Amino acid sequence: MLALFALFGTLPAWIGAIGLYPYLGVEIMVWIIFGLGFNLLLGYGGLPSFGHGAFFGVGAYAFGLAQFNVHPNLWLCLGAAMLAGGVAGALVALFISHRRGIYYALLTIAFGQIFWFVAVKWHSVTRGEDGLLNIKRPPWLDDLTSLYIFCFAVFALAVVLLWRLVHSPFGRVLSAIRQNETRARFVGYNVWLYKWLAFTISALVAGLAGGLFALAQQSAYPNVMSLQQSGFVVMMTLVGGGLVSFWGPVLGAVLFFVARDLLGAYTEAWLLWYGLLFMLVVLFKPEGLAGLLRKDVRSHAPA
Amino acid sequence: MFEATHLHKRFGYHVVLEDVSMSFAQGRLTGIMGPNGAGKTTCFNLLTGRYRPDRGRIRFEGRDITALPPRAIARLGISRSFQVMNLFDDYSALDNVLIATPEVRERGFSVWRRFGGSTDVLESVGLAGKAHVRAKDLSYGDRRALEIGVALAARPRLLFLDEPTAGLGTEATARIARLIAELKRSITIVLIEHDMKFLFGLADHIYVMHWGQVIAQGSPAELRANPWVQRSNLGHAVN
Ligand SMILES: Nc1ncnc2c1ncn2[C@@H]1O[C@H](COP(=O)(O)OP(=O)(O)OP(=O)(O)O)[C@@H](O)[C@H]1O
Ligand SMILES: [Mg+2]
Repeated sequence: MLALFALFGTLPAWIGAIGLYPYLGVEIMVWIIFGLGFNLLLGYGGLPSFGHGAFFGVGAYAFGLAQFNVHPNLWLCLGAAMLAGGVAGALVALFISHRRGIYYALLTIAFGQIFWFVAVKWHSVTRGEDGLLNIKRPPWLDDLTSLYIFCFAVFALAVVLLWRLVHSPFGRVLSAIRQNETRARFVGYNVWLYKWLAFTISALVAGLAGGLFALAQQSAYPNVMSLQQSGFVVMMTLVGGGLVSFWGPVLGAVLFFVARDLLGAYTEAWLLWYGLLFMLVVLFKPEGLAGLLRKDVRSHAPA
Repeated sequence: MFEATHLHKRFGYHVVLEDVSMSFAQGRLTGIMGPNGAGKTTCFNLLTGRYRPDRGRIRFEGRDITALPPRAIARLGISRSFQVMNLFDDYSALDNVLIATPEVRERGFSVWRRFGGSTDVLESVGLAGKAHVRAKDLSYGDRRALEIGVALAARPRLLFLDEPTAGLGTEATARIARLIAELKRSITIVLIEHDMKFLFGLADHIYVMHWGQVIAQGSPAELRANPWVQRSNLGHAVN
């Protein structure tokens, strides 16, 4: 964790030297938050949500709408993003928490599409395909350095809290439920409630990431909640090794964006290469990069 | 203490239990025996809330628990082990046991409290030296012991054990027998067991099931005199 914070804490100072730019750091941090929250569900809960981009998008829209219609206060808008993500997640989770496996995954896709559809069609609120433009940053965040510092602070806080969460009794029980749902019931756990909570928390974190995204990007548009976005977070998490490590999504997100910017300079088809890597990982190395880096791979038990 | 009356259960057209009544007295060890497919495990599944009976009532300490889900029954102090092992395979032996303790269960929604607890249960099932070995890396015999350990960790007042010695050799069976004899002193136990010598040595009362019905019951001495038990191969083992 210290290495991660050292890396991102000093990133603006050296990233120019390797031909990239500090804003990339912001993007990666946003996606790491999204990915870590997502992995609470996938890696710890064993619950595959393939429509998680929806909650990221809901957070982004909520940030913009709160700014336009309620009050431009930054904290209020970020709070609104989390709240909206969390509430949307809580509602969806009501309908899916008694499912598992493929049915769970299909339902999350269906719900994800509903959110996307609403974003496109509910023109009077979401401005349809164009989305919300002209989202403003507060004056004290207008230069890139302060934006970076702010995002880093939120990022660090989110990472510490999520780390705490997965190592708390709640996180341990959630992982136990993934390993053996039946036994968990028979030692007295309310499995449904744990699944529901995991989804809700994960959607809330996605909402936070979406809010930061809207702040940084100064816009929110339907594409941020597309099925493709949902796919990206799954890919990052699995490629990085979210099934065996808390840090999986971090590795996956860094690799994703570095590939986008470095490979993307040479070929339009960088995503194809990343997708190929994803397939190789799924087929041959489900423990992902984190699994390669660590000797005692504790398969399917993120630690 | 625990009483089930007139239980019926069918799966589709297949009648699996027919008018089964049993009662388990406080502080006693009750055995259930019978050939494969007799309905013993199904009986446990009804009594511990996995399935609901089609008919019949189940009472525990005077309270009707017929419609309760497994977690509610577990919280009343009833615990079970499984014939087909049901462990948290990626967790260490210690974590398997801890997850099942009431302390962790009560803290399950807490984010700030510690995940931890005592290792006493591991000691009692003879796994103290293997606390940090992952469940899936344990030997078959140790997994059997851990299966009981998880059930014990909940500190039950009533413990259901479904063929805890299945697949074990003589020595490992003896180890489990010693464990159960020890547990018997403090917990009410219901034990499904194929090994008749084992069961007749431990049980205070035994139910014999066949084709989904209780065909005989009584103390080990009474059952030795029972014609059905004598006729069946099961009988020879004990006489
Ligand atoms: N969930 C189920 N669905 C359909 N049939 C079932 C189910 N559970 C059990 N049965 C059937 O009920 C019958 C009794 O099974 P049960 O597992 O209770 O037997 P048992 O006495 O425990 O046998 P064994 O000694 O082999 O463990 C069997 O014929 C079995 O196929
Ligand atoms: Mg059985």
